[in-house]
Amino acid sequence: MLSVQGLVAGYSAAAVVDGISVAVSAGEMVTLVGANGAGKSTLLKAIAGAIPVRAGLVSIDGEDVTNVPAHRRVGKGIVLVPEGRMLFAGMSVDENLTLGAHLRTGPAARRAVAEDRERVFGLFPVLAERRRQAAGTLSGGEQQMLAIGRAMMSAPRVLLLDEPSLGLAPKVIGEIFSALDVLRDSGLGMVLVEQDARLALRHACRGYVVRTGRVALEGPAEELLDNDDVRLIYLGAWHETKG
Amino acid sequence: MENAELLQLAIAGLKNGSIYALLALGFTIVYAATNVINFAQGEFFMLGGMFAVFAFKTLGLPLIAAVPLAVVAVTGVGVLFEVLAIRPRRDGDQMSLVIITVGGSLVLSSLARHLFGSDALPLPEFTPGPSLAFAGAAIERQTLWIWGLVLIAVVALTMLYSRTRLGRAMRACMQNREAARLMGIDTGRVVMISFALAAMLGALAGVAVTPLTSTRFDIGAGIAVKGFAAAILGGLGNPIAAVAGGLLLGLIEQAVIPFSSTLKDVVAIVVLLSVLFVRPQGLFIRERKEKT
Repeated sequence: MLSVQGLVAGYSAAAVVDGISVAVSAGEMVTLVGANGAGKSTLLKAIAGAIPVRAGLVSIDGEDVTNVPAHRRVGKGIVLVPEGRMLFAGMSVDENLTLGAHLRTGPAARRAVAEDRERVFGLFPVLAERRRQAAGTLSGGEQQMLAIGRAMMSAPRVLLLDEPSLGLAPKVIGEIFSALDVLRDSGLGMVLVEQDARLALRHACRGYVVRTGRVALEGPAEELLDNDDVRLIYLGAWHETKG
Repeated sequence: MENAELLQLAIAGLKNGSIYALLALGFTIVYAATNVINFAQGEFFMLGGMFAVFAFKTLGLPLIAAVPLAVVAVTGVGVLFEVLAIRPRRDGDQMSLVIITVGGSLVLSSLARHLFGSDALPLPEFTPGPSLAFAGAAIERQTLWIWGLVLIAVVALTMLYSRTRLGRAMRACMQNREAARLMGIDTGRVVMISFALAAMLGALAGVAVTPLTSTRFDIGAGIAVKGFAAAILGGLGNPIAAVAGGLLLGLIEQAVIPFSSTLKDVVAIVVLLSVLFVRPQGLFIRERKEKT
């Protein structure tokens, strides 16, 4: 469904993403694993159109969207849940969700949007309790739920998740990832960038190990979990392997 | 001081204050969309009066046509200003954009001087007639027009922000432009509309006040300082705070007049500096806007 081929992108002269190819199909979660600064976040931003692409191709269902600006890429079914959540802090939970559905206008879409809102509340019941509350007053976990819910309101086909577990307690991370599992099983494609590589590989179908802007290794998630290099470098398994 | 005298000062304060409020709204709307202080805001005010005089005197249109026409034309100038001066540098740093607005302000006032001359140009009152008596004080008819127009503008703007999809998109940009873009909001369009609205409000203030004060090519800078001070006093980035700041500045100015009428125009600067030193987020904003 989503296909990224030979993508080159970066803010400065040196390309942070230097020719990465990634693919994800409907109902599949793939994850990008790698050290800080390896280019994972930059790749997600480039796929979402938030930063310009210097070379390569981004396409969804065969349609080339490489040069489609960010605000129109949402309409193509690609939505980014950005690192740090980037909520509209002074606006209510409800308004944040409404803004997620900004492009879905017209009487026909209205009912679908209302249904999606209920679906988000079903996925994250705490958001329904706090629907009139300003997003900035939510706890970190609730904010991450809202960021995901807001993205879901655009009726995406591919969800790009940038560090959804950052700074959250294990219990909340569990809730969020089981919600992601539900979404994946409902047919959503997902590209997950996650500092906790073990967590990511446990939930993902496939993984890509990104090193200095390139894919160093790719394969089924279980294989990567068992791969000695991956364990050593990214899973903090230094002591296990050494001992 | 007699009560009637106090009332008279309050009326004058609220009259000027509502003009400042419209300009402060212009500053705030553009700032919310771009984080830029648009120093050309005062020129929209000047052009509003100029265009109205031109349509009325030169084209011979009746006031009822000349006034709306002037507001619409200046709104167009606002759009042009954004497209020609701001858009090419939109991703540039704030400072260069602010300097562009200062340059744009000079260009607009020079053009106005070239087109309309350097004399003060009068415009008749919308509904001429004797002042109305109110509790021993007098209210000029044009003042009622000013209040009415300001009220309509503020109500319309409030509706726009709270009830419409566009308004919601504008508020989203105010809070987090990057996130707004990721939600599918065309932030470039929001910037353009913000300049159009700011120009419209500036022009509205200009046409409403010109019957009382006349207009001249060089009045933009002076009124911009007042509007900017009002916006800072209330709290930049919040429309309601901008209106409150405008009215309050108008009243403070009048409060100074009994002591020294020559100091009136210094008030705005003193207020501006005091707020920036003591309470930079403005009087009516609880916390400083978070930048993400």
